[in-house]
Parts: sequence; structure tokens; C-alpha cells
Amino acid sequence: MTLLTTVFAAIICTVIWYRNAPKDEMKVGILCWMFWGASLMWFVDALFEYAELKADYFTPSPTDMLNDFFLGLSVVALGLTIWVVILLVKDPKGAVKTALFQKKQ
Amino acid sequence: MACFLVPTAEAIIVTIVTKATKTKRPAAPEAEMGNGDTVIKAHIPFVRKLNWLTNLLWGGSALLAFEHVWHGEVVPWFPFLTAANNPQDTAAMLHEMSTVGVSMAAVVTVVWACMLIVSNAMEKRVLNNAPHIAPASN
Repeated sequence: MTLLTTVFAAIICTVIWYRNAPKDEMKVGILCWMFWGASLMWFVDALFEYAELKADYFTPSPTDMLNDFFLGLSVVALGLTIWVVILLVKDPKGAVKTALFQKKQ
Repeated sequence: MACFLVPTAEAIIVTIVTKATKTKRPAAPEAEMGNGDTVIKAHIPFVRKLNWLTNLLWGGSALLAFEHVWHGEVVPWFPFLTAANNPQDTAAMLHEMSTVGVSMAAVVTVVWACMLIVSNAMEKRVLNNAPHIAPASN
């Protein structure tokens, strides 16, 4: 479930990035790299787990599925948080700078 | 247990190599061609391609590290890895790192290599479509 959640997040981010490409003002590319990197790593992990469990790998208990889905959502939340921090620090649109340093009228 | 440490180690090495390449070889002037109102660069610098690998490795490692914290395998106190508390768990951890961890790093690198092949082919196609533009000297 964690792998599936991350793969879906990666696909959605890639589609959003492609819609705005070649512009990447919102730095969605960062999310694409992060989620695809994690998806590849979890895919390898899944292969090893499959080699160990065989067909049982595809019939997890509901509790395990729920826990893994919860973990997947938390991973996506962490990825989004890292992205927001990078976005605000890099501030490609200069919005943070403007908001901080503009004079009040 | 600590499989994410292998891609993290690779990420550190690739980051150092990227920084060294950047300082050693300053950005060469790139051949550009106008295509309507967009400008297409006919050459992708190798440093940029190295950055793709760095991003994949750092991004994946960060999220995997979180998973290990979630499962209680990484803790914020010494020795940071719960498997390092006894020799039996340490042996299992090292085995996992040498199998799963190395495979993770290898798969990410292979995917990156495939991306290089595709991007090189695309660069060639762009140059072939615009023969009046010379490739950038590297």
C-alpha cells in the first residue's frame, strides 16, 4: 500500500509538472524526483518481500493494509512538507520576499 | 532495517562528485535555437544529468528514512539504529543493507542510466532537426 500510494503521488505530480512544463515556477519537479525515487526503492523492497512471501504478499491482512496506507499518506504528507519548505526558501516568484519587505500603507 | 543507508551513501558521493564537476568545469556556453517564442537548449550539461540522480537518491532516501522511523528502526538517540543494539540484529541489518540496500541503489542508478540514454537520443534528434546549430563544446 505504501508503494502504491507513493506511485500514485509520483504520477499525479508528474502530470501536474508536465501540464506546466517547461515552466516550473511551483517547483513541482522536486516532488516528482522525491516520489519517483521513493517508489523505485519501495519497488525493490516489494520484490524482496515477494521473493520471501510468494503469493501471500498479495493477501495482506486488513490491519497491515490500513497501517501501510496510513504510512503511505504520511510519506506523501512529509514529501509535500519538504516541497513547501523548499518552495518558500527558494521563493521563485519572489512572493515571500515581497510579503516580508513591502511597506505597509 | 537500515537499507536506506546505502542509497544515502550513494547520494552523498554523487553530490560531492556533482559539486566537484561544477567547480572544475564551469558552464560552457550552450548552443540555443529559437523555436517560435520558446528557446530550446540543444545540449544538457552533464552536471544537470548528475543532479537528476542526486534528486532521485536524496528524495527516495529521505522518505525511506521516515518509514524506518515509523517502524521504530531508527531512533533519535545513540546508536540511532535499534538493530545496532545486539550482534544478531546487527548481522541481519548488514545482510539487509548488502542485499536490499545495494539493489535499491543499483535500480535507481540503472533507471538514471536509462534516462541518460533517452536524453542523449533526444539531444541528437534536436541537433539533427536543426543542422545549422553546432553542438556546444564541452
